[in-house]
Amino acid sequence: MTSTQTRRTNEPRTPQGKVGAFMDERLKLAGPMRKQLNKVFPDHWSFMMGEIALYSFVILLLTGTYLTFFFDPSMTETVYHGRYVPMQGITMSKAYSSTLDISFDVRGGLIIRQIHHWSALLFMAAMLVHMFRVFFTGAFRKPRELNWLIGLGLITLGLVEGFAGYSLPDDLLSGTGLRIADAIMLSIPVIGTWVSFLVFGGAFPGEVIIGRLYIAHVLLVPALLAGLIGAHLALVVRQKHTQFPGHGRTEDTVSGERVFPVYAAKAGGFFFIVFGVCAALGGLAQINPVWLFGPYMPSQVSSGSQPDWYIMFLDGSTRLFPAWEIRVFHHTIPALFWPTVVLPGILFTLAGAYPFIEAKMTKDRASHHLLQRPRDVPVRTSLGTMAITFYVVLLLSGGNDIIAKAFDISLNAMTWAGRIALLILPPIAYLATYRICLGLQRHDREVLEHGVETGIIKVLPTGEFIEVHQPIGPVDEHGHGQLAYSGSPVPKRMNQLGASTPLRHIRGFFYPVKEKPEIQAALDELEAKALEPGHDAEAAESRKQLTD
Amino acid sequence: MTELKHGEHGETEPLTADEIRQLSPEEAMLAGSEADGVHIVHRRDRFPVRGTKAEKRAERGVAACFAISALAGFGFIVAFIALPYKWHLPGTPQNFRFYTPALGGLLAVMLLFIGIGMVLWAKWLMPEEEAVQDRHDEPSTEEDKLLTEATLLVGLEDTGLPRRSLILRTLGLAGGALATVPLVAIVGAMIKKPGTQLLHTMFEPNKTLFPPNGHVPLVFENFRRVGPDDIEPGGLVTVFPGVREKVNGYDGVTSASSPTLLIRLRPGQKVKARKGQAGFGYPSDNPEFLAFSKICTHAGCPASLYEQQTSRLLCPCHQSQFEVLSDAKPVFGPASRSLPKLPLGVEVGEDGRQYFVALSDYKEAIGPAFWERP
Repeated sequence: MTSTQTRRTNEPRTPQGKVGAFMDERLKLAGPMRKQLNKVFPDHWSFMMGEIALYSFVILLLTGTYLTFFFDPSMTETVYHGRYVPMQGITMSKAYSSTLDISFDVRGGLIIRQIHHWSALLFMAAMLVHMFRVFFTGAFRKPRELNWLIGLGLITLGLVEGFAGYSLPDDLLSGTGLRIADAIMLSIPVIGTWVSFLVFGGAFPGEVIIGRLYIAHVLLVPALLAGLIGAHLALVVRQKHTQFPGHGRTEDTVSGERVFPVYAAKAGGFFFIVFGVCAALGGLAQINPVWLFGPYMPSQVSSGSQPDWYIMFLDGSTRLFPAWEIRVFHHTIPALFWPTVVLPGILFTLAGAYPFIEAKMTKDRASHHLLQRPRDVPVRTSLGTMAITFYVVLLLSGGNDIIAKAFDISLNAMTWAGRIALLILPPIAYLATYRICLGLQRHDREVLEHGVETGIIKVLPTGEFIEVHQPIGPVDEHGHGQLAYSGSPVPKRMNQLGASTPLRHIRGFFYPVKEKPEIQAALDELEAKALEPGHDAEAAESRKQLTD
Repeated sequence: MTELKHGEHGETEPLTADEIRQLSPEEAMLAGSEADGVHIVHRRDRFPVRGTKAEKRAERGVAACFAISALAGFGFIVAFIALPYKWHLPGTPQNFRFYTPALGGLLAVMLLFIGIGMVLWAKWLMPEEEAVQDRHDEPSTEEDKLLTEATLLVGLEDTGLPRRSLILRTLGLAGGALATVPLVAIVGAMIKKPGTQLLHTMFEPNKTLFPPNGHVPLVFENFRRVGPDDIEPGGLVTVFPGVREKVNGYDGVTSASSPTLLIRLRPGQKVKARKGQAGFGYPSDNPEFLAFSKICTHAGCPASLYEQQTSRLLCPCHQSQFEVLSDAKPVFGPASRSLPKLPLGVEVGEDGRQYFVALSDYKEAIGPAFWERP
């Protein structure tokens, strides 16, 4: 700190001071603003998933706005005369031809289109992984059930938004997707045909669907998404972030860095990093090359038609579900209804109800602000891996024709493998996860009781070989550790010892974020000395050596 | 900078403005955070001694990141303006191919390095800090709850709603109307009666367009008529109703319900006709030519992959398979219905050659199933 000059009067003299006074006299900002600047955010790599989702949404808004300057959401027929020679003279919708224009005639249009598509894929992926994080660490428990539900709403809206978005170019692939969407609407009992005719303005494909999807994609759904994201973040601010237990991190406190300046700098930097990754993907990795597919024709389809990854689990369920059509009294309930309407309905209802089911089953009505390690809640963790296994089987089955082709497997065998795996893998995943959780818990307990394995083998006078264990805390007369199992990380290797000392150790993805314990300890000692008079110069000198 | 311990939860007297003016900025900051319930329990400069080599190295590192970012941004502008981006046919210079990767690479470097610079700045140069904030997460105080409850109760009482059931009921009605009217207006404007549209295709005989008997000719995508000589044995072609007039914006070729597969069997192959579809092929007694709807009965994709050896049709969307020799019966996958068969006939055209016509529309609804389908 250089200047310690202090102000003696109320009159602001600097320009910043004058601006501050101007705003404060009108909005009374000083108190509330300081409170937000001082807000503490905890630090853990797993908390960055939601950040990635938020940042990719911002990227989507930016790039999407750009795309609206050039895209024409019209199904009116036109003959293509753009720069892409293979398509010249072909009759297509204006939506498709303007997408080709964005890709070929607008300078730099293709990269923005591709960044938009990549960040949409990232948006959905980040939301899903964020949901896993929240689930497996129990962050959805009281008082955060509402935010869990909002999050689920965001994922659902994200699916709709993504589907509407990739349907807009009106190319052969997305038109095929729309045709399937139409079949799904038709499959709803009683009202199916009416729903389909309402959405498409008549029989598929009609002449209005692209315009309707467009306004849904650029206004209705994004407005809902933005509103829900606002509510999601407001609840995080209001309820404060959860964190793993540790020194200084209790049910009553949250420990970390204040928003200003460190957290803001890190989060702001992370936004640019996410944007940079999307830009690299958009520039270097081709995505959705619509000019290769051609305009939509109801009579045409290409092999290997896959939706974007987040719709693939529905495609997979559609492929796996048997041809069980119900015909009663001259009416039909199509087989398609079960895997595409009922199944996602059940999945999302279960996900939404889970926090309440768990609270009911465990009779746990308390508020929780500390996270749990997955191993400490084996039932929940196992249920989660079971659900993920179910989901992954569906996801892979959505591309089972690609897998069959790549590995030269019979397509029919892939379908049957998917059907069988869907039924038997989830229970296996449950049992395996349960055992793994218990095993990890037991290892933690063993370390707490006997200490860390040192790798030093000792021969006893009796000839017995034993490994020397380093106790990590006080021991009783039998040499057993007295530390209680608390659900926080336990050091497993000698070089992790001391890593959990108060407040110094926050887990990074690759290594602890904070300084090595021995350096930290030395620094602390020096600082303690520095507080005593007369040691300043010496302490500063040694500290300099340490930090250099 | 010294490490200040402010971890105590005890309430201290709030400082007066004059006292705050006596504090150094750092002390005032700490006092402010304490006032907000934020206890900075550990705070240390990354480089407690100013101007060391290590500090300068860190500073240079961060500055280098920002400089690289600025350079890449400048490079982006140059590349955007100067690089060729116009698409050219293969065989001509293909240097436009580098346009998007170059822009992407430069944009990525620009964004990544400003991001990395900011993170490193925070990690290397900004003070290391550990702050503990009280959660204050308990529900409202009992007093607060009681007072609010009373406010709500009296407010409700003031409106008189609990007593004036007439107003309550009529207001309920008005609210219902308020919610229903927009719904009716929107749905009412968008609703379209399906009627029997899904049960018919453009193969429906039409005597005004095709006198005298109204049989719709089968045509290729370019409206050229299809005759028996157009297909090799064992081959198949996609055909459409030869209706050029547009109905609801779509003619016979672009209409979503009409794509049809015309299959010519190999010599010796025999079809086991389904009930009610016998004699739909051509010739009708021992058919060599068969026409099936191309629209998969599962989800409506075109079932267009034909395996000649096994006479199977495969839909690439969900892998339903149809056995052509059993009248396109589904034999694998999620489809549950056979592809409908078109009654096929042959007529002599104006040029004296034979051409296919549809003797009537499909006898059942084509494409994905729906509730009203019998």
